[in-house]
This record gives sequence, structure tokens and C-alpha cells, in this order.
Amino acid sequence: MKIGVFVCHCGSNIEGTVDTAAVAAAAREFPGVVFATDTMYACSEPGQDGIIEAIKEHHLDGVVVASCTPRMHEPTFRRTLERAGLNRYLFEMANIREHVSWIGKDKEANTNKSTDLVRMAAAKLLKNRPLFSKQFPVNKRVLIIGGGVAGIQAALDCADGGLEVVLVEKETTIGGKMAKLDKTFPTVDCSSCILGPRMVDVAQHPNITLHAYSEIEEVNGYVGNFEIKIKKKASYVDWNLCTGCGLCMEKCPSRKSRDPFNEELGKTTAINIPFPQAIPKKAKIDPNFCMKIQKDKCGVCAKVCPSEAIDFTQQDEFITESVGAVVAATGYDLFDWTVYGEYGGGKYPDVITSLQYERMLSASGPSEGHIKRPSDGKEPKDVVFIQCVGSRDKSVGRPYCSGFCCMYTAKQSILTKDHIPDSQSHVFYMDIRSPGKMYDEFTRRAMEEYGANYIRGRVSMIYPKGDKLVVRGADTLMGAQVEIDADLVVLAVGVESAVGATDLAKKLRISYDAYGFYMEGHPKLKPVETNTAGVYLAGSCQGPKDIPASVAQGSAAASKVLGLFSQDMLASDPQVSVVDIKRCIGCGKCIQTCPFGAIKAVEFRGMKKAEVIETICQGCGICTSTCPQGAVQLQHFTDNQILAEVNAICRF
Amino acid sequence: MSDSLTYAYYPGCSGTGTSIEYDMSTRAICAELGITLTDIPDWSCCGSTPAHTVDHTLSSALSARNLALVEKMDLDTAITPCPSCLTNLKTATHRMEKDVFREKVNNLLDTPYQGGVATKSVLQILVEDMGVKALKDKTVKPLKGLKVAAYYGCIMNRPPEVMNFDDPEHPMAMDNILTALGATVLPFPLKVECCGASFGIPRKDIVMNLSGKLLDAAKDIGADALATACPLCQMNLDLRQDQINSSGGTNYDIPVFYYTQLIGLALGLSEKKLGIDKLCVSPRKVINAIGRDEAS
Repeated sequence: MKIGVFVCHCGSNIEGTVDTAAVAAAAREFPGVVFATDTMYACSEPGQDGIIEAIKEHHLDGVVVASCTPRMHEPTFRRTLERAGLNRYLFEMANIREHVSWIGKDKEANTNKSTDLVRMAAAKLLKNRPLFSKQFPVNKRVLIIGGGVAGIQAALDCADGGLEVVLVEKETTIGGKMAKLDKTFPTVDCSSCILGPRMVDVAQHPNITLHAYSEIEEVNGYVGNFEIKIKKKASYVDWNLCTGCGLCMEKCPSRKSRDPFNEELGKTTAINIPFPQAIPKKAKIDPNFCMKIQKDKCGVCAKVCPSEAIDFTQQDEFITESVGAVVAATGYDLFDWTVYGEYGGGKYPDVITSLQYERMLSASGPSEGHIKRPSDGKEPKDVVFIQCVGSRDKSVGRPYCSGFCCMYTAKQSILTKDHIPDSQSHVFYMDIRSPGKMYDEFTRRAMEEYGANYIRGRVSMIYPKGDKLVVRGADTLMGAQVEIDADLVVLAVGVESAVGATDLAKKLRISYDAYGFYMEGHPKLKPVETNTAGVYLAGSCQGPKDIPASVAQGSAAASKVLGLFSQDMLASDPQVSVVDIKRCIGCGKCIQTCPFGAIKAVEFRGMKKAEVIETICQGCGICTSTCPQGAVQLQHFTDNQILAEVNAICRF
Repeated sequence: MSDSLTYAYYPGCSGTGTSIEYDMSTRAICAELGITLTDIPDWSCCGSTPAHTVDHTLSSALSARNLALVEKMDLDTAITPCPSCLTNLKTATHRMEKDVFREKVNNLLDTPYQGGVATKSVLQILVEDMGVKALKDKTVKPLKGLKVAAYYGCIMNRPPEVMNFDDPEHPMAMDNILTALGATVLPFPLKVECCGASFGIPRKDIVMNLSGKLLDAAKDIGADALATACPLCQMNLDLRQDQINSSGGTNYDIPVFYYTQLIGLALGLSEKKLGIDKLCVSPRKVINAIGRDEAS
């Protein structure tokens, strides 16, 4: 094999701390290497053209590029090789940037390590064999997890593009957090007025199948052919019969059920439809509070239901959907602010969260749009807003900015003045972060036109005094202590990853960061992809996001799915395990260890043998290291190839 | 932690003077509860507020001198009633974990301190080593009908990473003890707020303002008395209550006990032993009302 080696400068990224010319010179001495050079930017157009020219000129049949991480540019250079007529797997990459130049400053040591990495790559390349992909068909249906605004947008865009869409929502209605909002910034238009029609579109679109009150149980398969097991949770109401008339809610005597849609501001009936615009508009029974289910007494709802839809014996049901791609749009949840003892730790009823306040402002909320203090129902006059509760605060393990609280606080202070003209809002803030179209103008309007009193500083203490709450804090611009006697305190609680986000990530085999937000394929260039083929992201599951950004991501994810499904066949990855049938003794150890169920036992001339299902194999290599006979080999990472690398590095 | 409840005892300077009733009642209840206190021989001032505002090394050396004495006593835990002394002892320990700092401190000491002595407040050993239930079992005169607010002061539990005891914003140790003794403990929202501390000397107005707020809040929730755990807090609220009344135009008459005195009363100890007569705001009415059915 004739090998060419290209050592990249990457501008000064590598050249700054690695003598690339010396690495190339050393590489010329390695077995099989007939050509070696350093190059300014291997991935640039002239860089790639240089590789192609060298392949043609020196009749190379294998290439090593020493540059950055394969995560970044392995596909790029593999395409380069194909353009030059070589098989894409006759290529090896030595990572001398992330593994060398970026982590050390000692030029001599770096140069030596780079040389060693190139030596390893060249030694492995000598053992490489051409590999060829197989074609497999694509199931052109898409599953979207989460029916918030991002999931709704993705679903509608995919459906309008002609795809069959399955939308799974864990609550009984779609709409997500946006459905709970009263108004949206910076236009102050009604949230349900803009979202409601979209929700109706989802319900009525012929291409969309909606599974509400359902959760993802199991994910099997691979890009183009996923098998998803979905748990349809028992609602104790036959949704095929329920018309959403609401008669059951009127008559239900149990009125102590939790009310998550209204952020637990009050209690609700055990049988419940969360809000008038719910899609699907179907009732659900909370079994913890239903007297019939708890004590076998009552059953009033069953008596009054005109369509006889109540079914107290209903069980969870499992269905399986076959799809070719998945979009995770699972959204976010709110920080549990009660860890802040200085704000009362949840003891004072008139200290509420911003989302509770939003429900209070909403005409469909528990107080029908009237601002009332939870403690005594009085209309507050002095409302204090505290920003960054569970954001930008290392002491509670949330160092990141939640991004949209500055804006919604400004909006809520404007709405407060609208609702109660003789009220005064006071906003304690750290910085005002309002980069966005018409955003900063909006926060200025809250101050200048609506007279919100913005105080730059943190609050150290809230305590009750009579029927008021004393809010004590600092005004860092005045260099003074501030004390405000407030009637109501609204905490701008920060964003957290959704409850159960990490469990779902494990099922989908995608990565998440330290805070449970899903990792995008590349922070800049692959914002809605993941490192798992066929799984995409949209909205706040990837990090805190406001509505416009979530909608944009919903559309972006849809465009990725449409792009994927524009192909009738996909190419499989040939880097999978194969079984040498002559060596296999049929012990079955590989079948037990494979985490993906990609190996099955087959009968061959009366003997048990292992066989790899190529499309399911993820190329992890566990079977290879398990096999006592060395009969299972992972292509492109065979024992011989790995040992060649080891021998190259252990020459002494 | 010692099984036999034996500790090195650090009274602190206030305990020999302005808060002698705190020291008396602490010793009295410990004797009653079977807790052995051995005074640290030749103990000296911890440095209090003046030392640490001027020089951290000197301040730590003053504390470390006493801790080195405890090491000599072959005891592993030193306890003190005073949160300010405790803060200095704990801060010195915390800072001396850094080798460079420990060197600097030990240069000032005749006997270098190696570390290894645990420091706790009397309150901490009562709830953790003795246990609230044991206190309850030994109660002979329950504090029935006493409506009391527990006031911890600002440094008993803060900063949490140094003090390592109870909740920094909503401590409950005193509340739980007093509840176990039969008192009605009211939810006091300012239980860890500052009383003004030593500002009583240079800026009396600050103490008037801050301690005034504490008394306002106690009045608001309907407390008959306050229980404190800090000599300085007790002094600002008790000795200066008249000053607070005249500067704020109020008319408060709220006795300010040390929590140890209240434990002593519940254990049936004599008022004389507990130094009840040393309190400025007369607790007579409140004490007389304890145990009466129609207690106000």
C-alpha cells in the first residue's frame, strides 16, 4: 500500500505548538509511506485539492490526515478520497489538535506525540480494507416527542411536507408551556390566540396522528427504521366516545385534585379537562382523588356522561409505531425555587412563581384573569418581581442564564399596570438581557411608559409583616439598602431540563449535558441534529429558549427530516461486526452482551452460530472483546488493526 | 463525639461578664443533664470581632492557641455557648486547612496547633449528642403556654460551609428543643437576621433600627418572650430595649431569655442558678404565666 500523509497547520492552532514539517519529515520514514507534506488548512478547498492531486500524482491508495478530531472532519476527508477514486475507508485521521496542540505548550513534546499518533494511523491504514455500504429502505414516517410549540411546529411542517407524523404528548393536551401563558412578549398578543389555531391544525391535519397522555416506553431500531413502543396512560375515559362537553367536571364532587395546568394555584376536580382550548379536548380522571377508584363510592361522572365514556377499569395500553426519524421536543421545566430559604422557602402563600402569575393573569386561569393574592384574594398594589431565581446562581447549581426571564418579567410588569392602574411594580434585576427583535425597546417601555421601578440588586430577605411582605434587598447603583412593603412577590424562576429528560435521552441514545439538556450535533453548525443518526432536536430540550427560537428550531428539525426522507434508500454504515463462521463455536456470549440485540443465533449445518444483524449493529465492539474465539470482528476496528496501532506506539 | 458526653468547655469572655447568666445556666443544665464540662485551663479571648477585622492571622492564632490547649487535654471536642467565639474557632480551623496559612499562624504560637479538635456550639451538642427526646424525657416543668420566638442571630449557622450546622436560613434546633419542652414556638421570620451586633458602640442608630425590627416582628407574631443563643443579640434586645422603645416610639416589654435558661426552668432548676435575676426586662409575668391553663 502506498500511503500519503498530510499534516495540517490549522493556521496557528496546530502550527503554533507543533512542528508540522518535522512530523511530515518523520512520517516519510514510516512503512508504506511514499509521500508526506505539511499543509496550511487540509480541510479547505485548496487543501482538499492538494490531497486529490497527490493521490493521482503519487498513485496513493491510502491517506493519513493529521489534523483535528474525526468528529469534526472525518466525513469531509472521506468524501475527498471518494472524489479521488479511493475507497473512503482507506483513510485514517490522527488528532493532533484536540489531543495535542490545544492541550500542551511544549513544542518538542507536542511534535513527538504528533509523530507517534501519525505512526499509529499509518500502521493501522496498512491493515485497512475497502468497505462498502449496503442500501436499505427508509420508512418515511416521523415521530415527534412533545407537543409544545416546538413540537407542534415540527409536526405541522413535516405534515405539510407530505410526511406521516406521529405526535406523542405526555399531558392530556398539546400546547406545552406556551398554552399556560397569558400574553407573549414583545408584541403582548394573546398566547392562546396564536397557539390555539396551530393546535387545531394539528388535530385536523390528515397526516398527523396524535397520541396524547402517552409516553415513550422503548426505542429500538436505527435511522430509517425505528420501532417505538408507546405507553398510552390510562385516563379512565374512553377518548373515542368522550366529546369534551365538560358535564362530568361540573358534577364531580371531588374538588381536591392537583391542578398542574394552573401551576397548583388551586385545586381542581378529579375528572378534568385542563383548559377550554385543549387539544384533544378529552377528560381524564386523576385516580389519586377519584372517590370511585379510591373507595368505590360515587361514580357521578359515569351517570352524567351523555356518551357513556367513563371507564373506571381502564388500564395503560401499549402500542408500537414504526418511523424513520425522531424529533425530540420535550421542552423544559421550572427550577424548584423553594431551596431559597431567604425567599421563604415556599412558606409564604403570596410569594409565587412567574408561571403561576401567568395563570393568574390568564382569562382562562383559576382567577379568570384577575390578579388576586393567594392568601386573602385581595388585589395587590405593590408587586415585587425578583429576577434570576435559579438562574446565574452557582450556589444553587444553576450557573447558566435562562434567557427569557428578563423579557417575561418586563411583560408581567406591563400587564400588572394594565390590570391594576394604581399598582406599582418593582423589579430586582442583575442585568437586563434583551437581545432580540424589539426586545430592548420592550423592556424600556416597561420602565418609561409603565413606570416599573427597576432596581439593580439582589434580594436578601422576604418576611411577612402584618398582611404585607417586606422585601429587603440592595440597590447596587445607589449603593443603598432597599426595603419594599409588597403585597405580592413574583419570582422569575429559571429553566431546568424537563423531568425525565435524561431517561428519554438514554432510550434515544443521545447525549445530554451536565444540566440534562440534550446535546446538539455541533453547537454552531448542527443545532438541531444529535450524534445519533435520525434523531433531531427542537426547542427548550436543547437549552433555554423563547417562543420564536423554539418555533425556528421546530421548522429546522422538520427540514432536516424532510431532507433525510428525500432519499428512498439510505446507505448503511459498514463499520459493523461480522462473524467468522468457521471460528464461531456457538457459545452465545456475544448475543448476551450486545446492548442493541443485534446478534442472533442461527442454525448452520446443524450447529449453532452467531449472526450479526447489520442494520441494528451500532459498531460498539462489545461482542468483539467478548468473543473467546476472536470470531466476531468489528470491521474497520479488527483485532489486527488495533494491534497494529499498539505495536506502532510500543516500539521500544 | 464522645459517648459519655464529655467536652472541653470554652466559656468566652462575655460568659464571665455581660452574659454571665448564659454561662451559669449552661453549666447548670449540663450538670443536670449529665454532660461533663471541663474548662480549658488558661483559656484566652478568641479575638472576637476586633481581631478578625484587622488581621486574619492574628485572629486565627488567638483561636488556635485555645484549640492547642484542648489538644493537650486529650479531648476531641470543644464546645462554647457563644456563636461569636464559635465562629472564630471554626473559621480558624477552616483557614488553617491551608498549609501556608497554618504555617503563618503557628509561627505566632508557642505551641503549634495541628488540627483535629472539633468545635461545636452547646446548642449543637444538645440536639445532636443529647437529643431532643432526652431533653423532653427529663422535663419536669413543661413550658406550657409560653409563646416564644426562637432567635438564632446571624452567625450561629452562617456561612454554612464554615459553621456546618442546621439550615442557614431557617434553623430549627432551638425551635425543636423549646417545642419538646412544651412551649409554643411561633414561626419567627427574622430568626437569622442581624441585631446590629457591636454597632451599638459606634452607631447606636443601626442597632436601634435592626433590633427594633426584631422586636416589631416578635410583637407581630404575638410572642411573649424571645429565646436567644448569642450574648450580643441578647444584650442588644434586652439591655437596650428601653433605648429601642424611646427611639422608635414603641412600648415593648418582651423578656429576652437565653434558651439555656428556658431549658433550666423546664428541668425544674432554681431561678437563682439560672441567673434569671440578671435579665433587664423583667421576665416575672411571663414565668408566672407558664403552666397556667389560661396562659395568655
